[in-house]
Amino acid sequence: MKKSIFLGTLAVAGLAAGFVSAQTLDEVRARGNLSCGVSTGLAGFSMPDANGEWQGFDVAFCRAVAAAVLGDSTAVEFVPLTTQTRFTALASGEVDVLARNTTWTFSRDVDLRLEFVGVNYYDGQGFMVPRDLGVTSALELDGATVCIQTGTTTELNLADFFSSNNMGYEPVPVETNAEAQQQYLAGACDVYTTDASGLAATRATFEDPAGHVVLPEIVSKEPLGPLVRHGDSEWGDVARWTLNAMVAAEELGVTSANVAEMAAGTDNPEINRLLGTEGDLGGMLGLEADWAQNVIAQVGNYDEVFEGNIGASTPIGLSRGLNAQWTDGGLLYAPPFR
Amino acid sequence: MTAISEPPAESFRLSQLIYDSRYRSTTIQVVASILLLAAIYWLGRNIVSNLQDLGKDFNFGFLWQRSGYDINQRLIEYSNDSSHGRAALVGILNTLLVSVLGCITATFLGVFAGVLRLSKNWIVARLMTVYVEGFRNIPLLLWILLIFALMTEGTPQPRDFRGENPEASMILWDSVAVTNRGIFVPSPVWGDGAGLLALVFVLSLAGIWWFRRYAFARQEATGEILPIFWTSIGLLVIPTLVVYLGYSAMISKDQYPLIAAGGTEGASLVEYLEENRNPSICSVPDTAAVNLSTTLRGLEQRASIVTVSSVSEVQASLEAGDCVLAVMAPSAAETLIGSVDGVELATLSDTVDRGRPLQFERPQLAGFNFEGGAQLRNSLIALWFALSLYTGAFIAEIVRAGILAVSRGQTEAAFALGLRPNRTMNLVILPQAMRVIIPPLISQYLNLTKNSSLAIAVGYMDVRGTLGGITISQTGRELEGILLMGLFYLVTSLAISGVLNIYNNSVKLQER
Repeated sequence: MKKSIFLGTLAVAGLAAGFVSAQTLDEVRARGNLSCGVSTGLAGFSMPDANGEWQGFDVAFCRAVAAAVLGDSTAVEFVPLTTQTRFTALASGEVDVLARNTTWTFSRDVDLRLEFVGVNYYDGQGFMVPRDLGVTSALELDGATVCIQTGTTTELNLADFFSSNNMGYEPVPVETNAEAQQQYLAGACDVYTTDASGLAATRATFEDPAGHVVLPEIVSKEPLGPLVRHGDSEWGDVARWTLNAMVAAEELGVTSANVAEMAAGTDNPEINRLLGTEGDLGGMLGLEADWAQNVIAQVGNYDEVFEGNIGASTPIGLSRGLNAQWTDGGLLYAPPFR
Repeated sequence: MTAISEPPAESFRLSQLIYDSRYRSTTIQVVASILLLAAIYWLGRNIVSNLQDLGKDFNFGFLWQRSGYDINQRLIEYSNDSSHGRAALVGILNTLLVSVLGCITATFLGVFAGVLRLSKNWIVARLMTVYVEGFRNIPLLLWILLIFALMTEGTPQPRDFRGENPEASMILWDSVAVTNRGIFVPSPVWGDGAGLLALVFVLSLAGIWWFRRYAFARQEATGEILPIFWTSIGLLVIPTLVVYLGYSAMISKDQYPLIAAGGTEGASLVEYLEENRNPSICSVPDTAAVNLSTTLRGLEQRASIVTVSSVSEVQASLEAGDCVLAVMAPSAAETLIGSVDGVELATLSDTVDRGRPLQFERPQLAGFNFEGGAQLRNSLIALWFALSLYTGAFIAEIVRAGILAVSRGQTEAAFALGLRPNRTMNLVILPQAMRVIIPPLISQYLNLTKNSSLAIAVGYMDVRGTLGGITISQTGRELEGILLMGLFYLVTSLAISGVLNIYNNSVKLQER
């Protein structure tokens, strides 16, 4: 009896480990929903709202991929992941795509066998301190206690920043943003450091946001983007061009409000190709012809997603900055749809 | 015809493997082991092919790469330039530290609570029942989080200690600070003459051991009981104390000169500090350097000590600009000033106490935090206490069971011989109860050690936090990391049970 239970357990464990390499696109179609890895809760980026619906900038990307592949932006199963579990979950096939404000780095792309499909937010690491601490520059932080999420690039940048400036610090390792917030507000650390967007998002949820300042120093480049597994280029293309479609739609002036009208045909051949009224870009990706229409109609273009979740009119109040279109002096530049 | 004929010799048939009870068990075992081996093979091949599909290889080279992250609690030297292997070692030592501390405290708590639970005093017995039932019926993780939350939310921040009328103050004659970042306590510093002090202490220990042997032999021979306890205490304290006081009286009046790079000859320390804020000190690790840093913190300066191993290295560090202040014996200082090259050295008018053979450095508020002394971080305290209280509740039950297992007649016999209750417990009951207590106690120690991996909940950097956490997510070596971690826990557990089994063999009933 004992032995048969043991063998049964072994068999189940083996089966669960055995299916990694199938084609993701077909799998998602067969399953009827997209499994998307998001953070455990970061306001504006991925956080469940009062009704339990996931909302946010990264969540919108998951919904856009679901709209492109399945034609239904609600067919997403969100899997909250910590910084330590995210890559394992993606590599093991637990999630199809990871949209979890993850920094694109060489070693993650090459050594961890992941594939970044682009950058949806150009960010940099910043420091937040309570205003009454009287600190005005990160160079005054010698000897401070710093809350830091473990397993992140910010953890490594922090070590580099302090040692290159010949300063000491005491790290307080935390697992999630919520835990960091609690420790920081209790004063168990003097400083909280993470991506500047994350700091703004966290500060927006404080009782007294004005009592905390984000220091002027940005100590690193943090290009945040969605990513998929290495080795399934078809699926990587779907994710990459979904992101590009949202960026291109903003550039071309296609919004969720006018997409239906534009889909009837316009004078601009690039819009026609994007929306599937001319050529067969969708078919080349293995999707329906109206894939990008679905994305823009159900989720919106990049600007709508940005302004709706983290833009100046939201409590988080981020300006476009580096994330403006290239035509406006920013870094967003979608390759041509041709 | 009457002869009983032999039954016809049966030839072996295949069905006998199942239907003949002589062969059945062998058949089942062979089949089961073939299935088991096949399953192991299948899992192994699965891992290999999946790793290949992912394009990952299997190697432990990452252990020698630079880790790049910092760890707050380190028992050995470690920085972000050290390797992942070194980080794993730091984590392993942290795991062992909290396990050893936990096992010791849990044993004391458990024995105490287990004996008291049998007390005839109703209130004491019921209190212990509440403790045991409360702790062993609520998950350990909740206790860890609860104690951690109490420590973080219920204690003042370091900056509350600042100012004219601080909201919080240090306790025990300004030597201990309880903050929400941990408890800061004084730490011992060894000065000149510490070797002599240690030698005398070791000799006292040897003396105590010899005296106890002598006393027991004498009691066996004559029945006369010598006052072992008080003599031991006296031997432990008096010689060491005498040497300490004598040596202190000899050297504590000595003053060491302060040598400052780029200073004015004869200027005071305060004047020098106006030019050079937060100076770094080069020194061999001794009390004079600690006294200097204490003085500096009193002047609201942060003082980092660059530790070197000899006076000639002080010269090299000063020349390289690693530090600007040095403190040493007057004779060495003259030699240094005479031979140094490339930097202007000046002797300041202030001097520093040479110190005592053993002194305690107390924590002082400097910059953002308390500095000096030792910091018991909240994560360590929460984990240590929760593990001790939780496992202590189980040990209490084991101890109670062990005591109840000793027949009542033993107590009565001891009383009949005129032994007092505490002697009965120590000399008659507990030695016999030990035989019942030790085997389940081993499992409790193993449980405690393995439960220490819950450290992740409070950010205590144990082996799960370094090797199994940050290193895995920074390098993507999940399989290797988890295997190494599993191996570490396996080896540790086997070592604990091995050592305790040896002890168990020595106390168990000897049968001849």
